[in-house]
Amino acid sequence: MVTLEHYLVLSALLFALGIAGVMLRRNLIVILMSLELMMNAVNLSFVAFSRYLGSIEGQIFVLFVMVVAAAEVAVGLAIAVAVFKQRGTININDISLLKW
Amino acid sequence: MIPVPEINLGGVLPALILGVAGLLATLLGLFVRKGAATVGAIIGFTAVLIALAANAPLRFMNTPAFSGMIVLDTFSWFFNLLILLSVGLTILISMKYLTDQGLDLYEYFAILLFSSVGMMFMVSGTHLLMIFVGLETLSIGVYVLTGVLPKSSKASEASLKYLLLGSFSSALFLYGAALLYGASGSLSLAGLAKYFQSGSVSTMGLIGMGLLLVGFSFKVAAVPFHMWTPDVYDGAPSPITGFMSVGVKAAAFAAFLRVFFECFGSAQVTWSHILWILAVLTMILGNLAALVQSNIKRMLAYSSIAHAGYILIGMVAGTAMGAAGILYYLLAYIFTNLGAFAVVTMVGRKGEANISIDDYRGLGKSHPALALAMSIFLFSLAGIPPTAGFIGKFTIFGAAIASGYIWLVIIGVLTSAASVFYYFRVVMKMYMEAPEVEPESLKFSPSMALALTLTVMVVLYIGIFPTTYLNLATESVKSLF
Amino acid sequence: MIESYVPILVTFLVATFIGSAIIVLSTVLAKRNPTPIKLMPYECGMDPIGGARQRFSVRFFIIGMLFIVFDIELIFLFPWAKIFNQLIPFGFIEMLLFVLVLLVGLVYVWKKGALEWE
Repeated sequence: MVTLEHYLVLSALLFALGIAGVMLRRNLIVILMSLELMMNAVNLSFVAFSRYLGSIEGQIFVLFVMVVAAAEVAVGLAIAVAVFKQRGTININDISLLKW
Repeated sequence: MIPVPEINLGGVLPALILGVAGLLATLLGLFVRKGAATVGAIIGFTAVLIALAANAPLRFMNTPAFSGMIVLDTFSWFFNLLILLSVGLTILISMKYLTDQGLDLYEYFAILLFSSVGMMFMVSGTHLLMIFVGLETLSIGVYVLTGVLPKSSKASEASLKYLLLGSFSSALFLYGAALLYGASGSLSLAGLAKYFQSGSVSTMGLIGMGLLLVGFSFKVAAVPFHMWTPDVYDGAPSPITGFMSVGVKAAAFAAFLRVFFECFGSAQVTWSHILWILAVLTMILGNLAALVQSNIKRMLAYSSIAHAGYILIGMVAGTAMGAAGILYYLLAYIFTNLGAFAVVTMVGRKGEANISIDDYRGLGKSHPALALAMSIFLFSLAGIPPTAGFIGKFTIFGAAIASGYIWLVIIGVLTSAASVFYYFRVVMKMYMEAPEVEPESLKFSPSMALALTLTVMVVLYIGIFPTTYLNLATESVKSLF
Repeated sequence: MIESYVPILVTFLVATFIGSAIIVLSTVLAKRNPTPIKLMPYECGMDPIGGARQRFSVRFFIIGMLFIVFDIELIFLFPWAKIFNQLIPFGFIEMLLFVLVLLVGLVYVWKKGALEWE
């Protein structure tokens, strides 16, 4: 029997994987993918809660999160292209004109 | 048939006006051959004026709109006003900036308007979904604006960093919302408030609250979630930096206040400890780091972090007086900081070549009016009477003392004494030192002159006669308590 | 409840067995006689033009970005279409406004020439 806890654990694991990806990976595209993974992990939680609570609100939230995530990735890719045109690299370590 | 929910367009009137103006600017700009940026700026500025006029009679309305997703109360009214003021001033400053850089970007103004629409939804949202969508609309707009300079690799790098850390914090915010939803079964602030009042708050609910706190702390740039601030403020175009430091900060604080006072008010004991620590760290680190900066934009970035710390004191106080102090502080901060960034834009010239503090040497001699304005803004940032910044700090510290946070206030006073040092360094450079090479004289544009005059006058006026505005702030927070 | 998953488990096991058996048997039994032409990647019978890991034109990114944004907005159209009958006329006007905003974006993209391939 698959219970709410299973979904929550899976969602937490995916979210943690996303965080690890953002922190550890150096390729910009992979980082953007990891951000997407974090958002979608949250979506999983929302849907599981929505089913568990019998309320539709969580599912509606998911639709909005998907759209927002898409918009964010589109802007992220645009910026990545701009950075690549200027520097010829999308490795985060090489993008350091401004010190952190 | 499904019954049509109550819409109440009046509740979103200012946002609606700005949104339509943004679309109009996008379309018209496409068909204008030359001077499209001016068209965009004029449309934007007119829309801001119309929205200000439309906003004025909405005071003291207390109406939910869109089936309770949004509320127009005195609190959101006040923040709508703040946002309109900051957008209007930013448009004025940007006109001069874009001319200086030789750019004809009408999209700039359209995106500026769209992100202020996001801010307005964020400050008036009474549902986590609305707050999230508002937050993202505002953030995505600002990510683009940060990297808007086509040739500057500094700007695109700043925008990249902002995007990565901003979406990271949004994801944390989102996870918090999901956990709160699971714990309480509701995403509306009213439902969450009921759940927290019931007394039996689960661990999941508390973790959700903590994640929301982290998400908001990122947006208001509180230490230790401030890493993006100096880089982004440094790389972004100066008017946008000003806009971020006031508009984005005001909107984020508005949602922060609304969520934490309205929903989690009954759990205040839990979160005020965390905010206490955040406030202390933010004040100390912000001010110390600002001491050693040689770039004026980075210095103002760290100063803006420090100011987030002072505002957090008002939240820790947790009373209506503290919240009113925050509102007044933000009002003063908008004029002060946008004024300071207007001067930075003026002095920066083409390609923002002159953004080192050393470039301010001799400004007192070559441009006395500009130097005087900058000194007034810096005094206000440092909290020296008779400027608006003094009254803001005074009110917030007073509220914290009334709630018994003596140590917090002592740290606040000490750090703002330290801050006087780096603000005065700029004033000293302007009046006491001479530049190595006498630079070309700066040219004022009418819009820039208007922006500078307005900001200087308001900073002095609400500093000398603060009562009306303090009352305005006090009335505005009534809907929260 | 759990019993109803048994057929799926059986299918899974059989599929795994057949799949691995074919691979193992063919590696053990088959004769090997590699020639350069045999080792070439198969691209519909044509000679390969280049490695699969070469760079793509940056124009694909722009098209991809536009695709993401415009495609994902359909998400809102699906639930709306499901209950469209019960939402006339309010829902229709509402969606018209939504699409109008997207249309402004499309006009912008079009006029800016992002849809031109050359």
